[in-house]
Amino acid sequence: MKLTLHIWRQEQGASTGAMHTYALTDIPEDMSFLEMLDLLNEQLMKQGERVIEFDSDCREGICGQCGMMINGRAHGPLKHTTTCQLYMRSFKDGDTIYAEPFRAAAFPVVCDLKIDRSAFDRIIGAGGYVSVSTGQAPEANSIPYAHETAEAAFDAAACIGCGACVATCKNSSAALFTGAKITHMALLPQGQTETAARTQKMVAQMHKEHFGHCTNTEACEVECPQQISVLHIARMNYEYNKASLLHK
Amino acid sequence: MQQNTLPQKLWMSATGLFLCVFLVIHLLGNLQLLLPAADAKEQFNWYSRLLSGNIIIKVIAWVLYCSIIGHAVYALLLTLQSRRANGTRYVYDKRGASSKWYSRNMGLLGTIILIFLVIHFKDFWYRYKFTDLPLDARGQPDLYTVVVFAFAQWWYVLLYVVCMFAMGFHLLHGFFSAARTLGLYHPKFTRWVKVSGWLYTVVITGGFIIIPIYVYFTNS
Ligand code: HEM
Ligand code: FES
Repeated sequence: MKLTLHIWRQEQGASTGAMHTYALTDIPEDMSFLEMLDLLNEQLMKQGERVIEFDSDCREGICGQCGMMINGRAHGPLKHTTTCQLYMRSFKDGDTIYAEPFRAAAFPVVCDLKIDRSAFDRIIGAGGYVSVSTGQAPEANSIPYAHETAEAAFDAAACIGCGACVATCKNSSAALFTGAKITHMALLPQGQTETAARTQKMVAQMHKEHFGHCTNTEACEVECPQQISVLHIARMNYEYNKASLLHK
Repeated sequence: MQQNTLPQKLWMSATGLFLCVFLVIHLLGNLQLLLPAADAKEQFNWYSRLLSGNIIIKVIAWVLYCSIIGHAVYALLLTLQSRRANGTRYVYDKRGASSKWYSRNMGLLGTIILIFLVIHFKDFWYRYKFTDLPLDARGQPDLYTVVVFAFAQWWYVLLYVVCMFAMGFHLLHGFFSAARTLGLYHPKFTRWVKVSGWLYTVVITGGFIIIPIYVYFTNS
């Protein structure tokens, strides 16, 4: 297939960039979107141009490293799919495709389609852990704990931190990401005790990083590759409200 | 620095929900306008005077004024912070495909409501409180005639209906969003709140739309 690509180019260290147009031909439709960009980069290399920088690692939809705005939507036109799991069969021959980095004040562009998501790491660093040594894994049956609750905690923990929730949110809110982390630990016996303090610290860090508020449009859940439920945001609100009333 | 938006959203949901409760009472009172003309006039004017003299109602009225202002001020603050959080705009933006249009346009819908409120306050609230209305047969200020006069003009009825639609969509998202802001996270509640939100919105919006239309057709 043949495509016209409009891609955001921004020099490292530059404060802004611009869309550049490229033509690419002979793209097999079984190629992934990132492989298509690899193909384009090969072409650019042969022409002696600087290649387009973008992030990826596992290329199998589990690490959360990849991610960009494709045709105006986070990770492209499909729901619950990472950029690396988007295949060219989702496009038609002759299509025009726009690719931009995920945008938010908290996610500065490093270069081209590559962004700095360390704001997420700092939110985790603010409290997304259990602060006592839990030692070796105990005998599983010695912790009385329902299977459903373990599964619910795991659903929340499934977040891969790709940032699509922020990119698709009209307020650039990190509520889904933060909510999932808070819920994950609030459900586990090891994490429960510190929920109030953790919630306050993580919420404070979320705002320090300049993420916006949540309007509950629920767009984040639609674009989330892991289908993290927006109910985790409500859970964060619940834990925050409870902590504000009762903690300290 | 970015302020903590969670407490700000709590204020939005508290004031928004108070306004939601107020709308129920306001609609119940206004339904008297659907009575046969003679009864409607007497009852509505009696009800209006009852409200304007009552101390409890006065307190509630002040909470109401503060709620409207507080709700609008926090809406503005959050919107400004959201703009800053967005940073650079997208060149090509189709994010609308993943959410409902009215959930993304609460500010626009709210602004329409705010403009409506200015007109609404000026035409009824202000005239009742600060001008000398003619009295009805029982010596009560005749707000009923003012209302009927206003709703006898087709463009005024149209304006009302359009604004009520804006309010309807604001409520449709606002009712459920407020529950989320308060922290109602259980999936069982979610379904229940969504259904209640729909019912609430249809009844309230429908009620406020029927009244001007009914008055227009029974008085022209
Ligand atoms: C009849 C009057 C009104 C009612 C009953 C009402 C109700 C609500 C409710 C219940 C919410 C949800 C709060 C939450 O998400 O926690 C809300 C949100 C909102 N309201 Fe109103 N509102 C009214 C008037 C207004 C006015 C006059 C404005 C603007 C000037 C406004 C602007 C907004 C905005 C921008 C939001 C969304 C906040 C966000 O981004 O999360 N509303 N409203
Ligand atoms: S590269 Fe790992 S999820 Fe896409």
